[in-house]
Amino acid sequence: MKIGVVVFPGSNCDHDAYHVISKVIGQPVDFIWHRSVSLGEFDAVILPGGFSYGDYLRCGAIARFSPVMQAVKSFAVRGGFVLGICNGFQILCESGLLPGALLRNRDLKFICKHVNLRVETTDSPFTQHCQLGQVLSIPIAHGEGNYFCDPEVLDELIREDRIVFRYCDSEGRITTEANPNGSLDNIAGICNRERNVLGMMPHPERASEELLGSADGRIIFHSLTATLRELARA
Amino acid sequence: MKAKVYVTLKSGVLDPQGKAIHHAVETIGYQGIADVRQGKYFEISLDSSMTEEQARAEIERMAREVLSNPVIEDYRVEIE
Repeated sequence: MKIGVVVFPGSNCDHDAYHVISKVIGQPVDFIWHRSVSLGEFDAVILPGGFSYGDYLRCGAIARFSPVMQAVKSFAVRGGFVLGICNGFQILCESGLLPGALLRNRDLKFICKHVNLRVETTDSPFTQHCQLGQVLSIPIAHGEGNYFCDPEVLDELIREDRIVFRYCDSEGRITTEANPNGSLDNIAGICNRERNVLGMMPHPERASEELLGSADGRIIFHSLTATLRELARA
Repeated sequence: MKAKVYVTLKSGVLDPQGKAIHHAVETIGYQGIADVRQGKYFEISLDSSMTEEQARAEIERMAREVLSNPVIEDYRVEIE
């Protein structure tokens, strides 16, 4: 298997994602410069966090027009797995690969801290090894992570079991206090209808080694690589 | 020819920056301010190769596809 990490001008979490796949998970990984138009050799692609194009115009608004994003769209349509983390999630929403948008945090502050996420579905290549309702401690670092969508879209996400992570307290309760940014329905991550594209605001690549305070994020990468192995065997 | 594009948040969308500005102006002493919402303004200078109708069509497309996010924003185009 081979996993790719896209690098846009201004991406700054690309090396963390690369490190986790390479050294922690132990799988082949390569950087993909944003001008690349071919993803043929990859099984999964990560859109990392950071400030692509300086967040100019809107977060992810310009990255969405990078040459590589056409390839990412076709890749996703073909069933390739795409994980958008933070700015990556913003880019996926701007490009229409995921519905909704990420607004400025409700309290206007850039928030950088560990939060608790509840796994809302295990029907996903990214959470298949999790327990339903499992609480993961994973850091966020964002100023625009407030997920928003129209009521009809929210209904659809709920009906189709596409909310993957919600912000919760340490006991797994979904509360307003546990919601760091005002996100609709405490949404921290969602997937597309085909479930091969996941966007999440928290940074699992910063919670994959005990040394950094929590290794709860590792299970997301393990779930993904397990899925890829199963597919390779089939 | 110049195009002016105004991009504003849709009315159901939370605008914490607008709220912060509202709060600030009230604190300074402005009275009677019911609400403040912040938007964006773009000025696009066009060369002479287009007619006004062509310019309007192009800029409307640009506003729809790039300058605004239709999930959360509305836009208005003026050509002069």
